Amino acid sequence: MSVIVLVEHTGGIIKKQSFEAVQYAAQIAGKMGTTVTAVALGSVAEAEMENLGQYGAQKVLHVADSRLDELHSRAYAGALIAAAQKENSKVIVTLHDIKGRAVAPRVAVKLKAGLVAGALSFPDTEKGFVIKKAVFSGKAFAYINILSDVKVIMLMPNTFPAKKEEGKAIVEQLDVSFSEKDFGVKVKSVNKVTGEVPLADAELVVSGGRGLKGPENWGILEDLAKELGAATACSRPVADSHWRPHHEHVGQTGGTVRPNLYIAVGISGAIQHLAGVNGSKTIVVINKDPEAPFFKAANYGVVGDALEILPRLTAAVKKFKEHHQ
Amino acid sequence: MKILVCISQVPDTSTKIVLKNNNTSVNSDGVTYVINPYDEWYALIRAIELKESGIATEIHLITVGKADVEPVIRKALALGGDEAVRIDAESNDPYETAHYIAEYAAGVGYDLILCGKESIDYNNGTTGAMLAELLDLDYIGFATGISIEANTAVINREIEGGEETDACNLPLVISCQKGVAEARIPNMRGIMAARTRPLKIITPSGITAVAEILSYELPPAKAGIKLVSPDDMDELVQLLHTEAKVI
Ligand SMILES: Cc1cc2nc3c(=O)[nH]c(=O)nc-3n(C[C@H](O)[C@H](O)[C@H](O)COP(=O)(O)OP(=O)(O)OC[C@H]3O[C@@H](n4cnc5c(N)ncnc54)[C@H](O)[C@@H]3O)c2cc1C
Repeated sequence: MSVIVLVEHTGGIIKKQSFEAVQYAAQIAGKMGTTVTAVALGSVAEAEMENLGQYGAQKVLHVADSRLDELHSRAYAGALIAAAQKENSKVIVTLHDIKGRAVAPRVAVKLKAGLVAGALSFPDTEKGFVIKKAVFSGKAFAYINILSDVKVIMLMPNTFPAKKEEGKAIVEQLDVSFSEKDFGVKVKSVNKVTGEVPLADAELVVSGGRGLKGPENWGILEDLAKELGAATACSRPVADSHWRPHHEHVGQTGGTVRPNLYIAVGISGAIQHLAGVNGSKTIVVINKDPEAPFFKAANYGVVGDALEILPRLTAAVKKFKEHHQ
Repeated sequence: MKILVCISQVPDTSTKIVLKNNNTSVNSDGVTYVINPYDEWYALIRAIELKESGIATEIHLITVGKADVEPVIRKALALGGDEAVRIDAESNDPYETAHYIAEYAAGVGYDLILCGKESIDYNNGTTGAMLAELLDLDYIGFATGISIEANTAVINREIEGGEETDACNLPLVISCQKGVAEARIPNMRGIMAARTRPLKIITPSGITAVAEILSYELPPAKAGIKLVSPDDMDELVQLLHTEAKVI
């Protein structure tokens, strides 16, 4: 009966967001009077998997096939379904991220299960199995009731921060027989942006707009990002003018971020930009125009010239960190 | 080579969301509807480019919706498509939508099925992978580039912290995002020609719902912004530490 949760790893190191998903699943399991079984795919060290016990997993089913180090949506779905069948699970949890979005929909179809993508709440079982999610790019929320026997939940990362406790999970190997078809997608090359925090995963983001005037001014924004350990992002015209690489562009036509802190510098706050960032927990806006629409969406605002304010803010963060080591 | 492009009708980004019927539905009065941006700018335009370069022979468009979605599917047709299909059903659930599309697509047989990475109304981004499962096809999500060589698609796609290049035999389902194609505007000739292109209306076979939307809620108004003097960045850092607890 246990709740199944897919854990993701990068080069064998389990992703922080997967700890959130395990803990989320553990709370659901607790309510249902059952346990959590995590599913790990590919090459992951035993100790990494045992540590999932610290987030509430009793058991980890490990499918050790190294072909699963790459995303193969058919094979992943097959492994997850095999695990669910073994544990007789009614609830399956993945992250709402690139991998989760390739796998969970397949699992849902196969098991004829209702699915909630981008889940923002624990299921409310008073009126069924009701989960909250954001719709209209954050302009509203919807409460979805899953009607089917089996339920698939794709948890929005960075929604329920994970807290570590004592615990050690039992790791069991799970044998899944794959067919050649399961690996129909051949990976030709991988190009990782190294040394930077991946934007979608970032807890802190410093973002710049046209107000920074030109690429020559990005150094002061990067200084702040470095001091904070933040990822950098930008508005669309900035990427379109090739001041910054396209993968940094956030908004309706770019990436979506949900950090704890989004610092928007010299960005007007057009609705298309907000669509990609309004899930951020705290928003700081630095803009010289007090009428800039972004101030309406912000928690903290600084009215003034970004080129002067950024170095000051970087210095203040540095000072703060020296006192809080 | 036949391509199917999935088109979804969504409220324009600038729409203010207003709820009605005791928050159980969204008020559509005064809302401008558009083609979902990811479907239009990336999936559909890439399909058109593939046809213009002689790789694709036919582009079909499909949408799920009642008669009120016709202007949007016709606009898509005007951008470039050989025929369009409207599945005459209302669906806010990706499982249902994918079933309807798969049912039609299975009967025709496409070499490539393209959709946007997500629709900007329900933000699920799950239809493509569901379609792939229903049609027993491979799936690649978040594509940033698609090229076709003989019977193989070479796809650039986003991965965590970077990009990957994959190859996969056709047929295949791909969800598209920025990078896949360059935006363009429909020309008058296209709009006129689209009037004569066929729009098929299909009645789907019913399926058992697996989920339902019970209600909607608008986000609470922001508690109000706190302004900090540009000369006191120490205060901002303090607020972010003690009040917002983010650093
Ligand atoms: C269909 C569609 C999709 C779109 N998708 C996106 C998207 O995904 N992402 C996106 O970002 N945009 C998108 N846009 C564009 C969007 O509407 C805005 O045009 C864009 O976000 C503006 O970028 P900006 O704020 O950097 O530039 P501007 O609008 O030029 O604003 C610059 C801001 O900087 C301020 N400023 C100037 N100098 C300084 C200074 N020295 N110090 C401090 N502040 C200063 C100004 O007061 C102003 O508020 C889209 C538009 C359309 C029509």
